Amino acid sequence: MQNTTQTQLEFPMVMGQPYETLPEDLFIPPNALELCLETFSGPMDLLLYLIKKENINILELDVSNITDQYIKYIDLMDALQFELAAEYLVMAATLAEIKSRMMLPREIHDDEEEDPKSALIKRLQEYQRYKLASEKLALLPRVDRDFYTASAALPEIKIEKKEIFITKEELASIFYEIKSRPDLKLSHQIDFEELSTQERIQIIMEILAKRNVVSFSKTLRKAEGRHGVVVTFLASLELAKDGHVELIQNKTDEIFLKSLRGA
Amino acid sequence: MNIQTVNTVEALLFGAGRPLRLSEIRGLLESDGVIAELSDIKKCINELEHRYEASSLEIIEVASGFRLQIKQSYSAPITHLWNERTPRISKALMETISIIAYKQPVTRGDIEDIRGVSVSTQSIRSLLERNWIKVTGFKDAPGRPALYSTTKEFLDDLNLKNISSLPELPEIDKDSDTQVLSEVV
Repeated sequence: MQNTTQTQLEFPMVMGQPYETLPEDLFIPPNALELCLETFSGPMDLLLYLIKKENINILELDVSNITDQYIKYIDLMDALQFELAAEYLVMAATLAEIKSRMMLPREIHDDEEEDPKSALIKRLQEYQRYKLASEKLALLPRVDRDFYTASAALPEIKIEKKEIFITKEELASIFYEIKSRPDLKLSHQIDFEELSTQERIQIIMEILAKRNVVSFSKTLRKAEGRHGVVVTFLASLELAKDGHVELIQNKTDEIFLKSLRGA
Repeated sequence: MNIQTVNTVEALLFGAGRPLRLSEIRGLLESDGVIAELSDIKKCINELEHRYEASSLEIIEVASGFRLQIKQSYSAPITHLWNERTPRISKALMETISIIAYKQPVTRGDIEDIRGVSVSTQSIRSLLERNWIKVTGFKDAPGRPALYSTTKEFLDDLNLKNISSLPELPEIDKDSDTQVLSEVV
């Protein structure tokens, strides 16, 4: 009981009437606010709209409630757009200040300190002038929207120049990096080995299978030339090393290969 | 004026595709061997205006001179011809350009004071890129902020001859608005 009485006593007096309930039609749902913030060019615009169109008496409007709506919306906003939210909050704070002053008993105003209410009115009025002017400007015929020029002029060719910002040190280090890259494009050619030592070993072994001894010069083919001699000599050494043949040299220059398999 | 000169003036306006000043036209005629007074050239333009009365063309004097253009009543089909529409100018950007136009030269801070929001670098840049505004100086204040003014091109684009042909800036309506506002606030 006492609680009720106390609450009633706390009701603000607005235009001589106790302000008891929050008018339902003045509640601004968060979605509507979202829409508003997109449509309005700023808190001044929004405030003017609320004053003019909805005919809202700011004193009757629950400023704390509208501030809550602002904060809810800010939570949804990107960090990028946060600056916008701050401006809407500043306006909410201004409104709250004005409202709180109105609720306090009237003080004798210090003339030097400007009343925030009249300051806000002045700002709103000034803003309204330019807002109206901008609406008129937007309606003026505009080139390429409302009218076109008649022109046989050469078309303007737009060459986009992209500026590259780079220091000479960066340029030098990039050049160095490119120069020091491994050259992965070098081609590596694999040639077929015309005369193979392995093949020559086979040939010598085949000869020695038929006859026990063969002279070195007999295993050569003239057409193969010096290269052939080298390959045959290597093959002979290989066979001697592995113990397949014995290399014999008499007083002559000739070298004989003797098979050791049969021995 | 002889028909030859009138036609040459017409050709120049058509070929220029931008506004031409009378003095500019005089110079161009002169290089073509035609000596004409500025008043003669004005007569040529009047003659052309008369000629165009029954056509879709018109000559309009804008800030940078005389320009040949298509009458607004014939512009709708052209909008369909050029499929790409010119980018819309936002309400916020219109407010910014209006404040610059009526209060020039102004700093970004001046605009912000009136609009109650911060003016993005992006919006200033887009107006600069459009050649609608230019930096005309720097305010003798801390940070030396740039002072912006509108350009002739801005007036050209709005079919205006000079800044005073802008719609009048509404005065503060002392009777109704103040009353409404003080009642409300």
